[in-house]
Amino acid sequence: MAGAHQHLLLPGTSPIHRLAPEAKIVGAFLFAVGVSITPRTAVWAFALNAVVVALAMRITGYRVRQAVVRFAAVLPFVGFALFIPLIAGGDQTQVLGIGLSIEGLWASWNVIAKATLGTGASLVLAGSTPIPDVVRGLGRLRVPTVIVSIVAFMFRYLDLIVEEMARVRVAMTARGHDPRWLWQAKPIATSAGAMFVRSYERGERVHGAMLARGFTGTMPQMDHRAATLSDWLLSAAAGAISLSLATLALLT
Amino acid sequence: MLRLFFALHAPDGFLSTPVAIATAAISFAVVGFALRQSGRELKDKQIPLAGIAAAFIFAAQMFNFPVAAGTTGHLLGGALAAILLGPATGALVVTIVVVVQSLLFADGGLSALGYNILNMAIVTAFGGYAVFLLARKLMPNNAGGIIGAAGLAAAASVVLSAMAFSVEWLFGATAPIDFDNVFTAMVGVHLLIGIGEGCITALAIGAVVASRPDLVHGIADLDREIVADRSPVPMRTFVIGGILASIVMATVVSQFAVDSPDGLETVAEETGFADQAEEHLLDSGVFADYAVSGVANESASLAIAGFSGTAIAMTVGYGLFFAVGERRRRKPAPA
Repeated sequence: MAGAHQHLLLPGTSPIHRLAPEAKIVGAFLFAVGVSITPRTAVWAFALNAVVVALAMRITGYRVRQAVVRFAAVLPFVGFALFIPLIAGGDQTQVLGIGLSIEGLWASWNVIAKATLGTGASLVLAGSTPIPDVVRGLGRLRVPTVIVSIVAFMFRYLDLIVEEMARVRVAMTARGHDPRWLWQAKPIATSAGAMFVRSYERGERVHGAMLARGFTGTMPQMDHRAATLSDWLLSAAAGAISLSLATLALLT
Repeated sequence: MLRLFFALHAPDGFLSTPVAIATAAISFAVVGFALRQSGRELKDKQIPLAGIAAAFIFAAQMFNFPVAAGTTGHLLGGALAAILLGPATGALVVTIVVVVQSLLFADGGLSALGYNILNMAIVTAFGGYAVFLLARKLMPNNAGGIIGAAGLAAAASVVLSAMAFSVEWLFGATAPIDFDNVFTAMVGVHLLIGIGEGCITALAIGAVVASRPDLVHGIADLDREIVADRSPVPMRTFVIGGILASIVMATVVSQFAVDSPDGLETVAEETGFADQAEEHLLDSGVFADYAVSGVANESASLAIAGFSGTAIAMTVGYGLFFAVGERRRRKPAPA
């Protein structure tokens, strides 16, 4: 898992970057829903959706290499999917002398295609939207204030904790820490506990400072452009394409 | 490194659409309930605490811990969050982590959020907390007992999560793989991961209890003197607790592995995918690298599951005994 949660933002000013975050979140979500309800035999629908994802990623400014590296986030699942034809039941077919289940091959294709397209939609969103904008977007989508403020605090402390953990890890490695077995996990756990207390106490101090500066429970709204009709239309287009393809495929 | 959590952080299209919709509805309702409930658990000051807990779990999920040579797992954190913050806020916090990972880090599908939230946040937080309360009744009422209960709760929460996934697979399989195989492999693998989750959660809770017991929601009812009592849990309690836990686990596991499929398969036949289910397949290639693979007959897989249940309880117990005991030894000798 290490490294899988790096910030994915690609700085830029593309048309997709300039869309309002709330519209982008809804668009990516609808697109993923459309993809996942598409019947797996509708290969043409997946192909057209793939074109949409590729175009959106191109506009966002992904280079081919970058895109490949980021798609690697879904690799563990693809690995799982590749085994399905070997263990699944149903009619068999022979490929290079290995018996493969036809049903299993379809299942494998289903997982790989949908996971890849869904990940593509997330990558466009993550690549084009800075984190504070996503938090604001969630707020504008009427997500309850408690959740939005927990998300905001989470991001405020995330890098801090991650960097502190990395320093602890370096210090541990320098002192000969090299856990390969479960019973060597104790240092990780105790340092995790100590880290938690330390970050919490830092949080208490920050919270005290915020109260002293007039914090009332919600962050003040900085000037933020509301989503315009064209934002909604553009984002909804991605969702509309995948949903209508799914409907077409279901009907035919 | 093999990634063991292949079924958690599931991608789009991993389970069928009806299951995705049903789990989304359940998750939405429970998160709504948790939101209202957490209003009671969260005081003004605790919103930053919840945020830090979310960041902490998020960060902890990046760090792998060793399960056995060459394989690693990472913390799920549901039980940890529930014990620190209370079950409702804990579920809320892990839900937030799961949603943000899906939105911003492309980890787990957007249309798979329903079952990912249900398995990773709701089942682990509420299930883990319930086990924590039960286990506290078994354990002595002191710091060692709290740590032991936290470990058992965290271990059980991971197994519960695997069970939840298996049941969802029964209703929404997208591949013709037998429920029994999925169940045995999922629960087998997650028993191993549960040991890691249990040890780490227990030791982390132990560290927080040692310095800031006021931060732990799960022991808010205890006074300081009880919490400060760090006398080790007697070996006998661990043995009894371990045996009890393994009996419970073996019973639950065997229910699913042997008895229930009769009932569940009826449902499966009605919903129409049971015709794809095969005999027990000999070589469960997917799971061969991980754990109980290709177990051909039910009693053998049951025996393995039962044995793992005992092993997990014993290992967690022994690990905690060792940890608490060592801490005691480190006390400076009276001058």
